[in-house]
Amino acid sequence: MLPQVLKRSDLGVWITALAAERRVAAPVLKETSPADPKDLKFAWEYIADPADVRLDYTVTVLGPKKFLWPTRQKLATYNLGGEPDPKPLIEHEAQVLFGVHPCDVTAIATLDAAFYKDVPDPHYLSRRADTAIIGLDCAKPCDDSSFCLDMGSLYPESGYDVMLTPEEDRYFVEVKTELGQALVEAAKVKPATKQEMQARQAFAEKKRAAFHFQLPCEVKYLPEILDASYDSLVWEAIARRCFSCGSCNTTCPTCYCFDVYDDVAVDLTRGCRIRRYDSCQLDPFATVAGGEDFRKDRSSRLRHRMFRKGKYILEQTGRTGCVGCGRCERACVAGISIKETFVQIAGSR
Amino acid sequence: MTQVDVDIEKGAAAESPYVPRMAQILAAEQMTETERFFRLKMEGPPLVYEPGQFVEVMVFGLGESPISICSSPTQGDAFELTVRSVGIVTNALKKFEKGHRVGIRGPFGNHFDYDVMKGQDVLFVAGGLGLAPTRSLIRYVLDKRKDYAKVTILFGAREPKWLLFRQEVQEWGKRGDVDVRVTVDRGDPSWKGNVGVITRLFNKVEIDPARTWAVIVGPPVMFKFTVLEALAAGIPEHRIICSLERHMKCGIGKCGHCQIRGIYVCRQGPVFTYEQVKKLREGI
Repeated sequence: MLPQVLKRSDLGVWITALAAERRVAAPVLKETSPADPKDLKFAWEYIADPADVRLDYTVTVLGPKKFLWPTRQKLATYNLGGEPDPKPLIEHEAQVLFGVHPCDVTAIATLDAAFYKDVPDPHYLSRRADTAIIGLDCAKPCDDSSFCLDMGSLYPESGYDVMLTPEEDRYFVEVKTELGQALVEAAKVKPATKQEMQARQAFAEKKRAAFHFQLPCEVKYLPEILDASYDSLVWEAIARRCFSCGSCNTTCPTCYCFDVYDDVAVDLTRGCRIRRYDSCQLDPFATVAGGEDFRKDRSSRLRHRMFRKGKYILEQTGRTGCVGCGRCERACVAGISIKETFVQIAGSR
Repeated sequence: MTQVDVDIEKGAAAESPYVPRMAQILAAEQMTETERFFRLKMEGPPLVYEPGQFVEVMVFGLGESPISICSSPTQGDAFELTVRSVGIVTNALKKFEKGHRVGIRGPFGNHFDYDVMKGQDVLFVAGGLGLAPTRSLIRYVLDKRKDYAKVTILFGAREPKWLLFRQEVQEWGKRGDVDVRVTVDRGDPSWKGNVGVITRLFNKVEIDPARTWAVIVGPPVMFKFTVLEALAAGIPEHRIICSLERHMKCGIGKCGHCQIRGIYVCRQGPVFTYEQVKKLREGI
């Protein structure tokens, strides 16, 4: 489909039209730092008013992953006392993630593959099937923590229904899927003029110039570099600073490990199986009931995470385990950076 | 590298892999202070499983626990579990009797390759609760005894009171076509058998390294020393089989708890050759 444009002033009308069909989740402004009025904190939320949508957002602590993969999710219910009759609980409703940056588009594709692989997980995939993704292209890196260009997540070729490219007073609108076509029908789009097409190309050139490779090698060599560093003391050295708090896992857009627990109603008539995010950095993660802990040292847990992000998930699914969004580094109280870690081990060879 | 081709619509319509089916307890017996034996039968279609696989046992209201199947599919539609009470779910199971019901998910995991061992010698080495998963293959091999050459079973426990399947192990010894050796780390006044760690039993049996498969299951500390003995006997690495214990929480390669490096033990394991385990580095 030929490229189209949407005026910035018509965005609200489009979002209102979308909201009539689906819940709309988008980045909103949460707070402004009192010390620095330019320091804005954004978060992904379901929106009530289209005016709250902030497509000028940079980073969010949590990505839009939470709308597909909630921090807590009910899996099954059963009765207590009588016939247990366990039943699956698969909850989803139509939603649109509005303004997803390329890194998060790529991260969602990784989650899709992980939850589809071998034994499909309908609890995730049914939400995913009911979710439209409207991407928003980036003109420049969010900050120094981002290394999306290296991790191959800056130019996603799929995983979204519509991609918006910001252009002064308008958005360039590229439709990727049939669903995207249907979504755009509610927008006051116009075919792009020659000048607008040129502006789009100028944006692409600006984008290319604004992002720089930060790893000393191509990312395809990362699994090999990690393997070569397996026995290095580097993990122990970095783990000296690590508190094993799991913030990196919590904020990671591709982390999908979970714990399952049972919640019982106060009248003891019903119970529920619930899963919640878990973290491979926490000590009990690899412990078995008998007490044996297979990743006792902080360094072995930290190494496991770095290997998962740079190697294991890629080998298991064919999709990148790290999209270079920088969230784990920003969240780390000890200032541990996955990018700097990759740079260090690549440089140690 | 596997490139997973994702079909979201198909996956969304899949049946939930997290919902257990009901099973009824046909028999329950306290085997030791902490280990309880169960024979169960699924309500509806029977459990189709292979030796070495495991199930998730659900106690409604409390949760699930991954348990090795200790019976062989050659025994019929019922299946058997040996549960050590170490956690909330497994302690609750102590009170479960004949007629009670539990939820079962599975079977999960790969299994012992009994076909590849056909016509050859099988050496079983089981420590403590390791006899439970090993028994699934022992029962299979004994039920198809003529398919296998020499069968040797080495079994060890800390003390006589911790020996599992004591009577059954004695019966295996009486068959005449199986060499059974049992040892305990520390004897008690009534114990007349071998005393000493399980590795000492290796010297008592004859092993033809050219035709022996060693199946080793036990606590992590035991693996290292028994694998060493098996290698010292000349058995090649790819014919030393181990079953590894990890916390298999989901059973379907998602939750991450059972991972050893890039391997999900619940799917690619729990059965590995020593050749594979060696490469994993974090295996044992």
